[in-house]
Amino acid sequence: MIEVKDVKKQFGSQEVLKGISAVFESGKNNLIIGKSGSGKTVLLKCIVGLLTPTSGHVYFDDKDYVAMNIDQKNEIRRELGMLFQGGALFDSLTVEQNVRFPLDMFTKMSMSEKRDRVNEVLKRVNLTNTNQKFPSQLSGGMQKRTGIARAIVMNPKYLFCDEPNSGLDPQTSIVVDELIMEITQEYKITTITNTHDMNSVIANGDKIIFLHEGNKHWEGDRLTLFESDNKELIDFIFASEFLKEARDARFNKLKNK
Amino acid sequence: MAEYVHASGGPLFHIGRYILMIKRSIAKPERASMYWKETLVQMNNIGVGSVVIILLISFFIGAVSAVQFAYNLSQSMVPMYYVGYVVKESMILELAPTVSCLILGGKIGSNLASELGTMRLTEQIDALEIMGVNTISYLIGPKLAAAITMIPLLVVISAVTGIWGGLVAGSFSGYVSSVDYMQGVLMNFVGYNIFVMMAKSVVFGFVLTSVSCYQGFYAHGSAIEIGKASTRAVVLSCVMVLFADLVLTWLLLR
Repeated sequence: MIEVKDVKKQFGSQEVLKGISAVFESGKNNLIIGKSGSGKTVLLKCIVGLLTPTSGHVYFDDKDYVAMNIDQKNEIRRELGMLFQGGALFDSLTVEQNVRFPLDMFTKMSMSEKRDRVNEVLKRVNLTNTNQKFPSQLSGGMQKRTGIARAIVMNPKYLFCDEPNSGLDPQTSIVVDELIMEITQEYKITTITNTHDMNSVIANGDKIIFLHEGNKHWEGDRLTLFESDNKELIDFIFASEFLKEARDARFNKLKNK
Repeated sequence: MAEYVHASGGPLFHIGRYILMIKRSIAKPERASMYWKETLVQMNNIGVGSVVIILLISFFIGAVSAVQFAYNLSQSMVPMYYVGYVVKESMILELAPTVSCLILGGKIGSNLASELGTMRLTEQIDALEIMGVNTISYLIGPKLAAAITMIPLLVVISAVTGIWGGLVAGSFSGYVSSVDYMQGVLMNFVGYNIFVMMAKSVVFGFVLTSVSCYQGFYAHGSAIEIGKASTRAVVLSCVMVLFADLVLTWLLLR
């Protein structure tokens, strides 16, 4: 479980996060949603420690991450995996070397054990026969899946996904979303996904927090999402006229029934 | 870490951040074998990858020096074998370490800055941080180790090639015979000068690599920033090499 308590983040005079508190539960896909510029990425970076909150606390299983020194943070970091928006694969390494990197760096496994583990996770993300390819030879979806494989190769307790669907076609997005969901449930990890893709929200939102201008405006799950009367959330969900019309049509249909 | 990347300030801020970067780059490695492997890769990139350009440039520097000295000496009473002596001394004391490192500042400096800058921009450095890797130590430490090992070797190659270039140009131009030239080269050999050359090459290697890595590692923004960081790396490392040259010459040749 990850808990953030009254996290504020300021860049100069600009306050990006204005005191966010939330609990992200284990075995669930916890989504942070909101418009571009709402503070989603900054919150995610504060949680993983790439940014230090101006004030507030981040707890990983009751351990205060913000107060830790760099060595203690590195210990926690070895228990977390992260899927970056652009994949963040190492250009000069092959798929296999990319996925094997954390094993090479932090474990004393033999080469054959490492190869077996890499093949196991690559199979898990449906990437076979790509071991010797370089990231530049992969499609966007394959890069994302390689990123997921690298993120889970160390059996993390926490998984962070920064906009996993960005730059992907709708079909590939669904594949990536399903994969994240399956891995979360299979390994019982705490997953925090930062997204503004509504398909993803509806399919995977075990727990959702909605950010607007640095504030948490709403918290719930995919079942309660459409019942909310929060104006900003409704505007975010039904961003297009088409969706608004679809919602009204559906609402009228239900009303007539 | 990201704060320190996006932060900006005056010269004192940069000097402080540069010193902290150097301190962290020599931290204890998480896995020595990985660092060693990376050091070998960098030794290949920095050292082996620069041999051809060093050979080419040093040959011409030595050749031009020999012809110019010979031209000047031809109008004086000084014996022509002094051409070999002057080329040897200038190559060892100044031209091999300084000019080679200025050339390497352009080649390696822009390469390192753009490599690290691109890694920063594409979140590869963030990915390493998230894994719990000491990014400065892993990415910059091996480059510094490779530079202070390989650049002195390149400088030795440069000095030898320059002296040989002088021999070829001097004898082909007809100014000085190869026998006279070699007599000058072997005349009055001072071992301390070799020490000065090696000391300069180690310091210059460290300076140009660390300055370039600093520019690349803390680059942020868009692709244009990578280009700017790369340019800053070359300009600053060349200026710092020249400054270090002056200081070392004062200190070592009193």
